[in-house]
Amino acid sequence: MIISVASGKGGTGKTTVAVNLALSLDNAQFLDCDVEEPNAHIFLKPTIKKQAQAYIPVPEIDESKCVYCGKCAEVCVYHAIAVLPGQDGKKGNTLIFAHLCHGCGACSLLCPQGAIKEVPREIGVVESGICERIAFVHGKLNIGEAMSPPLIRQVKEHINPQKTVIIDAPPGTSCPVVASIRGSDYALLATEPTPFGLNDLILAVEVARKLTIPFGVVINRSDLGNNKTEEYCSRENIPVLMKIPFRKEIAMAYSKGEPMVKVFPEYKKDFQGLFNTIQNGKFS
Amino acid sequence: MKQIVVISGKGGTGKTVITGAFAALARNTVMADCDVDAADLHLLLQPTIKERHEFRSGLNASIDGKVCQKCGRCIAACRFNAISDGFIIDRVSCEGCGLCSHICPAGAITMEENFAGEWFISETRFGSMVHAKLGIAEENSGKLVSLVRKQAKELAEKNNCDRVIIDGAPGIGCPVIASLSGIDCAVVVTEPTLSGLHDALRVIEVTKHFNVSSRLVINKYDLNPDMSETIEEQCAKIGVALIGRIRFDKTVVEAVVEGKTIMEYNDTAVKDDIRRIWEKLPS
Repeated sequence: MIISVASGKGGTGKTTVAVNLALSLDNAQFLDCDVEEPNAHIFLKPTIKKQAQAYIPVPEIDESKCVYCGKCAEVCVYHAIAVLPGQDGKKGNTLIFAHLCHGCGACSLLCPQGAIKEVPREIGVVESGICERIAFVHGKLNIGEAMSPPLIRQVKEHINPQKTVIIDAPPGTSCPVVASIRGSDYALLATEPTPFGLNDLILAVEVARKLTIPFGVVINRSDLGNNKTEEYCSRENIPVLMKIPFRKEIAMAYSKGEPMVKVFPEYKKDFQGLFNTIQNGKFS
Repeated sequence: MKQIVVISGKGGTGKTVITGAFAALARNTVMADCDVDAADLHLLLQPTIKERHEFRSGLNASIDGKVCQKCGRCIAACRFNAISDGFIIDRVSCEGCGLCSHICPAGAITMEENFAGEWFISETRFGSMVHAKLGIAEENSGKLVSLVRKQAKELAEKNNCDRVIIDGAPGIGCPVIASLSGIDCAVVVTEPTLSGLHDALRVIEVTKHFNVSSRLVINKYDLNPDMSETIEEQCAKIGVALIGRIRFDKTVVEAVVEGKTIMEYNDTAVKDDIRRIWEKLPS
């Protein structure tokens, strides 16, 4: 079973829920798919056993074959190739803007001269290891890199179907979130009971519905704010599966990278209960 | 005219609360919400929309079932697994590269323009605001950010404004990178947690990568004063100065609940904390 923890708004407790849920289960695999700002390792402190650079394919021009016809630039919708035709006996030039390339392969496949081959360009790293009984994988996007979905997909290649897979997703509602939570059996949407939290929860709900993933809500800092979030959930028949109150002690433990269930073991049964509810499909 | 962006790396550190407070403090400023994925600034500024525009970006493949010979070449060639065995395009997975339309021997695939969201020019009680709403599960948030910024800048120039103040997105990816070009000062807002430290350092590296000058703000600093000190030291080491600490105060949440910026709300020392930061920004 794959459970994603997502949210529209950042800082609502995705990592807290994902980490503590994983720590409360017997057979968990943890994937941190927030490759822009991965934080789960701060709490789980895994021993990293394997590191693998992640690449996307980008074009490389064989100058001896290229006739500067411009076909590659014409088919590249991402404007990652520009061709300057040769004139007055001077050779032309084909320029590659690798950062804009999505790795679709159109240029190399459609080049009439067979002058383009694809070479790997590093976009980040996937690290895997172990933390107590939890199998741990995360991705780290290289600084300055714009596109995270290819790296997220490479993190997800490590999914072990024998385990309960917990995915920590990035915030937002666009392609990185979609790449992270697609294929999940359930999505837990973390929110806080403020107008910001509610506005972004509604967006996250739209994402889950669009991807047809069953979902429920966890309300973090549940005593700060108003009751509009719960009213919304009850109106929309969305189950509120857990509420975590604001406690300075929890915030303090969080600030030091200490998982909640280690400091307050009584929460372990709440997370186990949360998992059982999802597994029994009562709310799907 | 100066352009200032508020970013954080980590989400939920207070970008929008602080940007909203800046809006209340500013005179003669255009506001821009560049967290186009999950925009929240409008909840504090209650903009009245004056202009509404479609954001068309990218393409989506479409297969004409009557022409398709079901040869399967498109399925084999698509790198994004966007074509099902039943020859249906999954619009969420399709990145609009058009490879399938080029190689389809039957000419059954066409590329259609994608409606990816909306952007707005609005008026607020603090002046003009440019904002946007990216469609659910869409791509190209970076392009929409660039569009919002271009409109905000033009508006500021037209009205002789001193500043454009931008609420940025969390993370370090495409919307954040798009929010950094041509910026005079990036305000990095973090919180005194290990995650806050980790994420601030990464987003500061991004600002350095693109040669944008940045300043540090620690929000809710008193939730862990030791961690605040560590963050200040580590950022100073890489040349980013702290320009202010903001204390934790539950009235901040109360103001958000009432749809007000903290500067318009009951007396709280948080207001002084933010005012001092505001005075240190380039003008």
